[in-house]
Amino acid sequence: MELSGIAAYLVSFFTFVGIYAILALGLNMQWGFTGQFNIGVAGFFAVGAYTSAILTVPESPWHVGGFGHPFLVGIAGAMVASALLGLLIGWITARLRTDYLAIATIGIAETLRLIIANESWLTNGVRGMSGIDRPFAGVFQTLGLTSAMGTLIVVTTFLVAVYFLVERARQSPWGRVLRAIRENEPAAEAAGKDIGRFRLQAFVAGSAIMGLGGALYAHYFGFLSPEAFMPLYGTFLVWVMLIAGGSGNNKGALLGAVVIWSIWSGSEFFMSAALPDAWSGQSGPLRVILIGVLLQVILISRPQGLLPERAPKTVPFGKVANRKERA
Amino acid sequence: MSLLLVADIYGGYGGADILKGASVRVERDEIVVIVGPNGAGKSTVMKAVFGLLRIRKGQVRYKDEDITNARPEQMVKRGVAYVPQEKNVFPSLTVQENLEMGAFLLSGDLRPRLEKVYAVFPKLRDRRRQQAGLMSGGERQMVAMGRALMIDPELLMLDEPTAGLSPLLIDETFGRIREIQALGIGVLMVEQNAKQALAIADRGYVLATGANRHEDTGPNLLANREVAEMFLGG
Amino acid sequence: MDLLIDLIQLSIYGIVLGSILTLGAIGVSMIFGILRFAHFAHGDLMTIGAYVGLSFLVFTGAPVWWALPAGMVGAALTALLVDQAVYKHIRRTQPVILLISSFGMALVLRSVVQLVWGPNVYSYTGGIQRPWWFGDIAIVPNHVWILLAAVLIVAALHLFLTRTRMGKAMRAMSDNMDLALVTGIPAERVILITWILGGMLAAGAGVLLGMDSRLTPTMGWNILLPVFAAAILGGIGRPYGAIAGGMIIGLAMEISTLYLEPSYKPAVAFVIMVAVLIVRPQGIFKGTL
Repeated sequence: MELSGIAAYLVSFFTFVGIYAILALGLNMQWGFTGQFNIGVAGFFAVGAYTSAILTVPESPWHVGGFGHPFLVGIAGAMVASALLGLLIGWITARLRTDYLAIATIGIAETLRLIIANESWLTNGVRGMSGIDRPFAGVFQTLGLTSAMGTLIVVTTFLVAVYFLVERARQSPWGRVLRAIRENEPAAEAAGKDIGRFRLQAFVAGSAIMGLGGALYAHYFGFLSPEAFMPLYGTFLVWVMLIAGGSGNNKGALLGAVVIWSIWSGSEFFMSAALPDAWSGQSGPLRVILIGVLLQVILISRPQGLLPERAPKTVPFGKVANRKERA
Repeated sequence: MSLLLVADIYGGYGGADILKGASVRVERDEIVVIVGPNGAGKSTVMKAVFGLLRIRKGQVRYKDEDITNARPEQMVKRGVAYVPQEKNVFPSLTVQENLEMGAFLLSGDLRPRLEKVYAVFPKLRDRRRQQAGLMSGGERQMVAMGRALMIDPELLMLDEPTAGLSPLLIDETFGRIREIQALGIGVLMVEQNAKQALAIADRGYVLATGANRHEDTGPNLLANREVAEMFLGG
Repeated sequence: MDLLIDLIQLSIYGIVLGSILTLGAIGVSMIFGILRFAHFAHGDLMTIGAYVGLSFLVFTGAPVWWALPAGMVGAALTALLVDQAVYKHIRRTQPVILLISSFGMALVLRSVVQLVWGPNVYSYTGGIQRPWWFGDIAIVPNHVWILLAAVLIVAALHLFLTRTRMGKAMRAMSDNMDLALVTGIPAERVILITWILGGMLAAGAGVLLGMDSRLTPTMGWNILLPVFAAAILGGIGRPYGAIAGGMIIGLAMEISTLYLEPSYKPAVAFVIMVAVLIVRPQGIFKGTL
C-alpha cells in the first residue's frame, strides 16, 4: 500500500473510531451511569443519520428532501429526533423492569429498519440515500485538506465536546444521583429522588448523543441504506466497546471504541490474508464469532472492563457498601 | 447428644454482623422458641442455621456433626426442614404438588408420606387439588408446614408460623405444632406471639441485638419479670 | 363477502403462525421464569434447530417429519453447551448481564449457521404443495401438519409440567426461587432441564417455521420480536399464557396484511406489545416480570 493509501486508511479508521466512541458515550450514559438496557442503539443511530440526511440533501426525485439545510442544522435535527424517540421509549418503559426496556428498544430498532426499507418516499428504501455532503468541505478545501480529513476533524471536535459534557455530567450531583439509583434504587427513592425522572433524563440525553453519532456517520459515509443499521453494526459493536472498555467509565468507552474497532477492522485484513480462497466468503461470520466470543470472555473473566469504573470523590448514600458487594 | 447445637455464631448479609454470639440448643422431641424484639436477629439465626447466609464465626452442629454453612439442600438431606415466614408456598402449584415438592430429594412412593401429612392436616386432603395461591393465610401455613413434614424431618424450623393469623387460627397452629412434636420431631421456632409460644415450649431463648439475653424453660421465662416487661408487653 | 373469505383465509395463516410463535414464546417464558432473563438468543436457537433438522434429512434421506426430533436434539444440545460454557459462569451476577451475553450469543449462533450452511436459502421439500380447497378457502396440507405438531408438542409439555416430578419442580422454581432452594429442589438440575426443554421448543418452532416458509440464517432473529411480544402478551414467566399470546399475535400479524405491507408484520407485533406494556404490563395472565 502506498503512503497516501495508508494515510487515507488511518483517516477512515479514526473517523469510525470517533463515531463509535460517540455512540459508546451515549450508551454509557444509559447503561453505564443508569443501568438502562438499550439494545436498540441501531435505531437511534438510524434516526440520527436519516434525519440529518433528509434535512441537508439536495432535492431528489426518489425521496423527500431538498430542504438543503446546512450541516449544523442537520446535526441539531438529528439530536432532537433521537431525543424524542428516546423520550417516547423511556416514557413507555420507565416503570418497568429493565428486560422490557431491552425488548422495547430492539423492537423500535427493528421497526425503524422496516420503515426505512419500506417507505421509499421518505428514505428511498433499500436502494439507499446518497449525495449527503461532508461537513464544511469548501472550508477545508481552502485550507488544503481533503473532505475526509475535514470530516475527521469535525468528528473529533464533536467527540471531544461530548466527552467533556458527559464526563462533567458524571461528576455532577446529577450523575451521582444516577449512580445511586443504579446501585441501590430503594435507598435513592428513600432519599426523595424522583427515580423515573432521572432515568428518563439520562435515557433521553444518551439517545440524543446516539443521534449525533448517526448524523456524523451519514455525513462521513455519504450514503445510507437499511443495511448499515443491522443490529450487528449499530448495536452489538457499540455494546462490546462499552463493556470491553469499562461500563460507567467514559475513558473506558473511548478505549473500548479504539480497541474493538481495531480488532474488528483488523480481523478483516487478517482473515483475507490468512483464509484460503475457498473460505474467503466466510470471513464475515468468522469475524462476528470472534467478537461475540470476545464479549463472552470479557463478561466471564473481566466484567468490569479494561478501565473499571471509579466513583468520583464524593460518595452518596449506600455507595461504598454496595461496591464492595459487587466486587 | 443434642439434635441441634448452635454455638456462639456471628454473621450477616455481607455488611455488618447481625448475629453477634447467638447460641441455641434443641433436643429431640423438644419445642424450642426464640423470642425477642424486632430486629433482634431471630429470623437471621434460622437462616444462618439453614445455610441461607454466611456464618463468619461460631459453629452449628447437627447430631454432633459440624454443619456450619452447609447448603440448604444438604440440610434437607440430613432431615432438617425449614418453613420461611412469608411466601412459603408455591402459589401456582396445587396443595398436593406443594407437598410433593417437599419430598423432591427422596425417591420411592410418596403416598405413605402424604397420608402422614394428611393425618396431621386433614383439611389439606380435602383440598389437595386446589391451587395453593388461592388459599387463605391459615391454610397456606398448613400447606407450608405439611410440605416441610414430607421429608420426615427430625428437626422442623418454623419462622413465625402464626404471623398474620387470627387468634382462632393461632391456637389451632400451636395445637398442630404440639402434634408434630408428638411425632418425635424437634421443633425450633421464632415467634412474635411470645406468650402463647412460650406456653407450649419446652425451652425458650430471648434474643436481643443478635445475642442471647435469657435462656430458660418456657414457664420460667413467662414468669421472669424482666422478660415480661421487655418483650411480652407486661 | 370477499372480505370475509380473505379474513378466514388470513385467520388460517394466523393460527399457523400463532402456533409457531406459541412454541417460541413458551420457551422464552419458561427460561425467564426460572433464570429471570429475557433470552435474546432464542430466535437463533430456532434457526439452529431448523438447520440441524435439514442436515439430518439430507444425510439420512428420512421423511420430512424427522426434521423435528433431529432439530430438537440439535437445539437442546446447543442450548446446553451455551449454558455450560457461558451462561453458567455469569448466572450469579445480575440477570441483565445474562441478557447482554445472550444478545452476543444470538449473533454468534447466527454466524455459526452461516459458516456451516452458508447464506443460501433452503427448504425442506422441493416444489409447492397443492392446497385443499374448501369452497373459496385454500388449506395447504403443511399448515394442518404444522398446527397438529404444535398441538402435540404443547400437549406433551403440559403433561411433563403437570405429571412429572421434574416438571412440577420447574413450575415451583418459576413460582418462588428462594422457597425452591429451602425445599431442597436442586436448582442446577432444574436449570439444565429448562435449557433442554427450551432448546427443544425452539427447534419445534424453527422446524415448523421452516416448513411454513424457508430456511435462512436470519429466520429466527426475524421472528424473535413477535415471539417476545407473544410472551409479554401472555404474561412472561407464564407458559400457558404464551399460547393465548402467540395466537393473538399470529392472527394480528396475518390479518394486518389486509391493510399493510406484509413486511410490516413484525412491526404489528411490536405495536401490540407496546400497547400491552402501556395498558397492562403484566400481560393477560399476570406475569412475573
